[in-house]
Amino acid sequence: MNILQYLINGISIGSVYAIIALGYTMVYGIAKMLNFAHGDVIMVGAYICYCVTVYLGLPVLAGVLLSMVVCTVLGITIEGLAYKPLRGTPSLAVLITAIGVSYFLQNAAQLIWSSNPKSFTSIVSNMKPLHLFGSLTITGEVIVTVAVSVVIMIGLTWFTSSTRIGKSMRAVSEDRDAAQLMGINVNRTISITFAIGSALAAVAGVLMCSSIPVLMPTTGSMPGIRAFTAAVFGGIGSIPGAMLGGILLGIIETFAKAYLSTQFSDAIVFGVLIIILLVKPAGLLGKQVQEKV
Amino acid sequence: MKKTLLNKDKGKDFLTYAVVIVAFVIMQFLSSQGKLSSAVTGYLVPVCCYIVLAISLNLLVGVCGELSLGHAGFMGIGAFSGVVLATLLKNTVDNATLRLILAMVFGGTLAGLIGFLIGIPVLRLRGDYLAIVTLAFGEIMKNIIGNMYVGTDESGFRFAIATAKPKLVGKGKWILSGAMGVTGIKKLSTFAVGFGLILFTLFVVLNLINSKEGRAIKAVRDNRIAAESVGINVTTFRMKAFVVSAFLAGMAGALYGLNYSSLDAAKFNFNTSINILVFVVLGGMGNILGSVISATVLYILPEAMRGLADYRMIIYAVVLILVMLFTWSPKVKEYTSVVADRMKHLFKKEKEAAAK
Repeated sequence: MNILQYLINGISIGSVYAIIALGYTMVYGIAKMLNFAHGDVIMVGAYICYCVTVYLGLPVLAGVLLSMVVCTVLGITIEGLAYKPLRGTPSLAVLITAIGVSYFLQNAAQLIWSSNPKSFTSIVSNMKPLHLFGSLTITGEVIVTVAVSVVIMIGLTWFTSSTRIGKSMRAVSEDRDAAQLMGINVNRTISITFAIGSALAAVAGVLMCSSIPVLMPTTGSMPGIRAFTAAVFGGIGSIPGAMLGGILLGIIETFAKAYLSTQFSDAIVFGVLIIILLVKPAGLLGKQVQEKV
Repeated sequence: MKKTLLNKDKGKDFLTYAVVIVAFVIMQFLSSQGKLSSAVTGYLVPVCCYIVLAISLNLLVGVCGELSLGHAGFMGIGAFSGVVLATLLKNTVDNATLRLILAMVFGGTLAGLIGFLIGIPVLRLRGDYLAIVTLAFGEIMKNIIGNMYVGTDESGFRFAIATAKPKLVGKGKWILSGAMGVTGIKKLSTFAVGFGLILFTLFVVLNLINSKEGRAIKAVRDNRIAAESVGINVTTFRMKAFVVSAFLAGMAGALYGLNYSSLDAAKFNFNTSINILVFVVLGGMGNILGSVISATVLYILPEAMRGLADYRMIIYAVVLILVMLFTWSPKVKEYTSVVADRMKHLFKKEKEAAAK
């Protein structure tokens, strides 16, 4: 029965990774940049939710919505101020700027909320854990996390395949110049992508801190790197790839911790990533792009 | 035409050596006069380390065009192997400088060797994927060193990678003990050796860049397919640059490790790799003198702003973003070129007026 319990926990962590990885992968697909500040947007989202529920005493739903709004605005602002002026420059320049933004967010958070960890109250604290088959426990957090991520995945798949904006996003990620010639507003599409990615990051932040209730200015960075690994794992730029990669990574991490070693879980997770990339250089669901001479 | 180009390169290399030597002489003079505060003296060795790290990463990122996010991993290998060797040789080699140099060579060699082993599978990847795999290797390295135990006891030399501290046979001591790292290191690093390491690094890297191989490496960077089609063995050259870069990072790591009394694996994380990358990019890709200057300035800048306490890193972040925007943004470039043109025009007019 243990194995089932680990599987469920793995899927729960993996769902959070998947939501974060979606933000990475969409931005990479469209703007061709590694947005290292994404992990810190997660942290900001969690802090906003914390402030709204604890300081203002508003209901949880308001906290989640408000943190999504703040993160969306934050995402658009970061993109407009820091990344947009560098469009068309080598990706390394944008990468360093993203690192600058990441430092900025972490240190601003430290100034505002101090570096003392805050204990985040779970958003589903009033839900009793389910007990199945005696030894199997499913907490409310797990149910909510998995449900929310399923809704997000279905919604995002529908959005990118059926709506006008979603289609233009796919067009821009396929070929930016051709999309521009077809009359798609590339700058606006990129801004919208950042907005969606940041809103998802806020959700991920709230869900993550509900399961692991420690909130610090550096809370976002390690899950950020993990989720980024997940995005690469599934094939960066591919939306179903990010979902698959995230969930697989969560399962691998939980199993590695349970059956192999807690201390070496980082080495195992990153080792699996390297092996996958060596066998399939574009990730699990990524497209291998042929270089033209 | 060709000749002038070569001469220009030589002149620039000469300038790089000159700047480093003059800086060393000035610092040595000031410290012999006792004009340097203890804080500044404390920066000297780490600055040397970061200069070497920035130059070696520049060889990889700027000259070779391969983005690596795991440079701190090699630094860590060098640091721990160097510290362990220096501790083991404590009684056999009396001369502290010799011990330091042996430790640096050992650290560099081990880092280079591991770089070679990692390079075989990893260098098949390119671009962002290579960056991610090097990031992963850096994290794995940190994770393994954090669970590594090296020491001596009555059964001889002991080495283990384990989740819990293994037991020693009889009397003995762990030198490196897992997540605790190494404590009670005897400080061996000196500014003079650091300066020597910088000169050695400059010599190796500049010679490599200006050699036939260096030109091949640059050809691979600028157009891999074209380089391949004229018969350049791309993999060999990338591997050479990767190993040399890892070797130098390992040496710098050993120098860094022997400058502090304690050391743990968490220091060599992703953030350190990123910091070195920031030095390289702000100094200019492929620009060795730029790496030297930016590593110095950017290491000292946050340290010098300690008085601003909580605000210093936020200021550093803003400075970083602004510098990137001002140096790379096409709009700013356009604007500065317009201003430069106007200035030129103005000077021309003045000259013409003077001639009349």
